[in-house]
Amino acid sequence: MISPETSPPRSSSQSPRSPPAAPFLYISVTEPVKLGNGVQAYISYRVITRTNLPEFQGPEKIVIRRYSDFVWLHDRLAEKYKGIFIPPLPEKSAVEKFRFSTEFIEMRRQALDIFINRIASHPELKQSEDLRTFLQEDEETMERARSQETGIFKKPADLIQIFKDVQTKVSDVVLGKEKPVEETDPEYEKLKHYIFGLEDHLAETQKQAFRLVKRHRELGQSLSDFGKAMKLLGACEGNSLGKVFSELGAKSELLSIKLQKEAHNLLMNFEEPLKDYVRAVQSIKVTFADRANAFRQHCELAETTKLKEINLDKLNLMRSDKVREAEMEYRELKSESEQATRRFETIVRLMNEEIVRFQEQKTADMGLAFHQFAKGQAKLANDIADAWRSVLPKIEACSVSSQHG
Amino acid sequence: MMGLEAFLGFASIRARKERESLARSDAAASDCRTAIPSSLPSDVDPLLFPTPRGGDSPPPSSSSVLEPPSYADVVFGPFESSNGASDQGPFLRLDASPRSVRAVASDYRRIAVSDPQTEVEASNSLVPGGTTYVTYLITTLVRPGSDDAGPEFSVRRRFRDVVTLADRLSEAYRGFFIPPRPDKNLVDSQIMQKHEFVEHRRLALEKYLRRLAEHPVIGKSDELRVFLQEKGKLPLPTTTDVASRMMDGAVRLPKQLFGEWAAAQVAPQDIVQPAKGGRDLLRIFKELKQAVVNDWSGVKPSVVEDKEFLERKEKMQDLEWQLTPASQQAEALIRSQQDVGEIMGGLGLTFIKLIKFETEESVYRSQRIRVADTKNVATAAVKASRLYQELNAHTVKHLDTLHEYLGLTVAARSAFSDRTSTLLTVQTLMSDLTTLNTRVEKLEAASSKIFGGDRSRLRKVDELRETIRVTEDAKSCAIREYERIKKNNRNELDRLDREKHDDFLSMLKGFVINQVGYSEKIASVWATVAEETSRYARDNN
Repeated sequence: MISPETSPPRSSSQSPRSPPAAPFLYISVTEPVKLGNGVQAYISYRVITRTNLPEFQGPEKIVIRRYSDFVWLHDRLAEKYKGIFIPPLPEKSAVEKFRFSTEFIEMRRQALDIFINRIASHPELKQSEDLRTFLQEDEETMERARSQETGIFKKPADLIQIFKDVQTKVSDVVLGKEKPVEETDPEYEKLKHYIFGLEDHLAETQKQAFRLVKRHRELGQSLSDFGKAMKLLGACEGNSLGKVFSELGAKSELLSIKLQKEAHNLLMNFEEPLKDYVRAVQSIKVTFADRANAFRQHCELAETTKLKEINLDKLNLMRSDKVREAEMEYRELKSESEQATRRFETIVRLMNEEIVRFQEQKTADMGLAFHQFAKGQAKLANDIADAWRSVLPKIEACSVSSQHG
Repeated sequence: MMGLEAFLGFASIRARKERESLARSDAAASDCRTAIPSSLPSDVDPLLFPTPRGGDSPPPSSSSVLEPPSYADVVFGPFESSNGASDQGPFLRLDASPRSVRAVASDYRRIAVSDPQTEVEASNSLVPGGTTYVTYLITTLVRPGSDDAGPEFSVRRRFRDVVTLADRLSEAYRGFFIPPRPDKNLVDSQIMQKHEFVEHRRLALEKYLRRLAEHPVIGKSDELRVFLQEKGKLPLPTTTDVASRMMDGAVRLPKQLFGEWAAAQVAPQDIVQPAKGGRDLLRIFKELKQAVVNDWSGVKPSVVEDKEFLERKEKMQDLEWQLTPASQQAEALIRSQQDVGEIMGGLGLTFIKLIKFETEESVYRSQRIRVADTKNVATAAVKASRLYQELNAHTVKHLDTLHEYLGLTVAARSAFSDRTSTLLTVQTLMSDLTTLNTRVEKLEAASSKIFGGDRSRLRKVDELRETIRVTEDAKSCAIREYERIKKNNRNELDRLDREKHDDFLSMLKGFVINQVGYSEKIASVWATVAEETSRYARDNN
């Protein structure tokens, strides 16, 4: 569990009357419980919020949430905070059977905990109203909010946006501009190239890590089988040599258990962080898409505004009575264009900040993952050495006694 | 044949000589790349665990508990197995295994199998175009009386020759535990040519010949000597194919059916060979009948197996049953270890690729730190991977002992069946004699009732008496053979028990020491990385 932010937020949210304690926001996702039956069964989690921030209803709040609630929160944030790399969610499970395995549930719980705490420590996202809704509202309200999103009847704003997108696409075709407009900033190009390449490399690394987990499990199984066979051989041999075989077998079985433990540790503390890294990179790609859209809109509206301006001048010269109408249209369009430009520039600014944060956070995340990996492997190797070393006295005793045979 | 005590003493002298020469030349010792135990209590028999590094090890403590050897004592290095056509460096595996001590006593200092070549079969068959087969170069260094290098022999042999050798040995050395030969492979010739298969067979042949050479009796056999030293065609009678034996048998069959043993002209000494195919049809029938009589009738034959032998035989069977899964699981363990090592290496390489990529695109300071961290992990992973692979090579060598003894239990089974079949022959002959004597009595009784004797009956009695005489001779031969095989069985059982104890102990010790040594090394590799990244754990808390 990533520790929540402990330093004070940049924008002071302390009321003058509250004591000057450091503001905190601790969230934990715990206690997965299976609810419902059959096809509609799902896992619910306990989300516990402890805070002294005034925006929240109280010092502690516990709510029950399910995976789709987290998805709702993610999607809302993605919509509202374009330009910010929204922390990634763990995937929906593809395979039905796997959905309720202990391991999968634990992996998901850990990922959700990390997700919510990342939001809570992001300077912008933590102020989101949707976050507060998520952390505090009762289940019925949550369910209503959730179903609104997935409903067929989208909000009016969405419809307008869809219409506008279609409009621009049509006008593109009409104007002969079939290729979408793209930024030509070389640094941005470099960044895009980096992110796309990074995703490939990380995916490969994560796959290897997962294979390593599997091999650990297989080695554990082999050790267990080997141990059993050694024990049987020891029983067959009898006398002191037989005891050595039995001891060897016992240690082998012991090591088998340690290997399974390390496999689990590898999975949760090394493979999962790598997977998380991949997801984070994919989230950045979403922001790329948002930025591209914003850029396109900004360009097109600027273009359209210019055309309208030229037209307006023409009408002015002709002293036509359509001037007033045209002027109103022009002003509307101009303000839209300015809005679009502002939106685009906000995204660019945010992205620049986010990239720095992203790199720093990933260095810390990977550093920790590497540490856990190395620590686990070192411990495993030491355990192996200790276990086998403990057999040596018996071997020595056996060879000494055989001298008198 | 050398008394076993003398044999051991002889071997220990050699071992001590080697230790001394080794202490003198440390350079030679450093070539030796196997796990070497050290710091042993001084009362341990040097025969079992001679310390190659004579003067290097610290004075051993008098306690019976071994100081845990740190990995510094284990010599790390790529395992020098019989991979590749020629062994580099001294062949003698100067590890402490009892095997190497026994190898020192063999007549042959070194046997190597190399240089597989494909040759075309000069075919006189009706099929046009020749089939091909593979020959192997077998070089042998003979050990003369002294320590100097003996003459070296090189011969070319094909697998069929090996089969012939194995068959001749099994006939000539009945009752001995003859190491089993490598499997035939009844697959089509396409696969026979494949490099992997040839390499696998080359290794197997080398192992087989070395084991034969190490056997105190078979190692000195003419058959082996001829195989290793006679150039050109192998001068051993080849296994007769079934067809010609069938022909042989068919010719003899009428004689056997209408005559008695004598008419079949079986020489007494031939009786000691197990009844085979077409030739000995009648004998097979008789022995089968005897076996049934043994099992089903209440009458116990006059000669039976002794109880002690039956117990030891059962123990051997037990061992075979336990060794089969043990050998399989050992193989599986090695494979799993190998897999972990490989993936660890793959992970390291993937990280290295990632590092290269990030370095090209690095912009931020945090990126560079991350690259540095990743590099530590990648290097460690690659190192660990190499250590795993090395560990595995050693583990293979040690756990192979299980497989080797599994082979010996099979050899024992064959040696025991030699004994059983000979016993059956004895029992059959004795039954025959009883029957014949009864007939003589009856005939004589009948004849005496007739005044003046019954000439035809008396003639019959003479014939029968002749048959009895021949059968008595055969019985004596068979009994002698039976006793001989019993003695061989007993000696081999004793030898196996003794060597098995030593070999198993050495295997376990080698296995454990290796695991400890390499695990410690792997642990230290990772501990360094854990230390270097420990600040991330602190920051997190």
